[in-house]
Amino acid sequence: MMVAREDRSLKLADRIALKLHLLICQACPRFERQMLAMRNDLKQWRNYTTQDQEKP
Amino acid sequence: MSNADSTAITYEQQVANLRDYLLKFARLQLRNDTWAEDAVSEVIVAALAKPQSFGNRSQLKTWLVGILKHKVIDALRLHGREAMQANDSDSAEDPLDYLGFQADGHYIEAPAEWGNPEQHSNSRQFFEILEMCVEHLPAVQGRVFLMREWLELSSEEICKELVLTSTNLYVQLHRARLRLRECLELNWYGHKVKP
Repeated sequence: MMVAREDRSLKLADRIALKLHLLICQACPRFERQMLAMRNDLKQWRNYTTQDQEKP
Repeated sequence: MSNADSTAITYEQQVANLRDYLLKFARLQLRNDTWAEDAVSEVIVAALAKPQSFGNRSQLKTWLVGILKHKVIDALRLHGREAMQANDSDSAEDPLDYLGFQADGHYIEAPAEWGNPEQHSNSRQFFEILEMCVEHLPAVQGRVFLMREWLELSSEEICKELVLTSTNLYVQLHRARLRLRECLELNWYGHKVKP
């Protein structure tokens, strides 16, 4: 569901279920952080491709 | 436009110098060399027909990439159906759907901590790895993923251009994101010592 929500909105029941699961699970919050990291990375990359930021 | 100073670079030359750069992204998005070359040619023609006087190279680059995005969308519209039929393997089951996951959908091995995402922002090395990972996605996954993440089209628009059902689209995007995650973990985040 964490992957799915990058591209579409989840049903309310699913959103609640996901939130509850994330409170209990140890591994999934890490996966969620990875999804957020990727979202941020892709945004940076998208900006980079249209600008000339020559950072090392 | 061109001045008498022999070291000055002409507008035409500036545009020509950016061709390879444009080609890289056209290929990444279209996953077809012919379509990519055609799209880039159209960008060059359009750019040469309307000479601009930008203050710096990066503004020219921004402008050209903007035109490229439009040309690429045109190409996807034109070849969309053909593009989706090319790869049967993309619609079949992707073993990566199951790799790393147990029957109940949970992980076999917990995801790693990726650490502070800000530490590499705007790092050219990181973007090269990211582009390599995207390039390695199967063609259909790569195309739809970049339509979402580079062209920033909505799911509805992608379905329309490529004549896809939304279910099919979500499956492809899901697979693309999982593969990308694996690739980044393997090639960047997993390394303790960054190059």
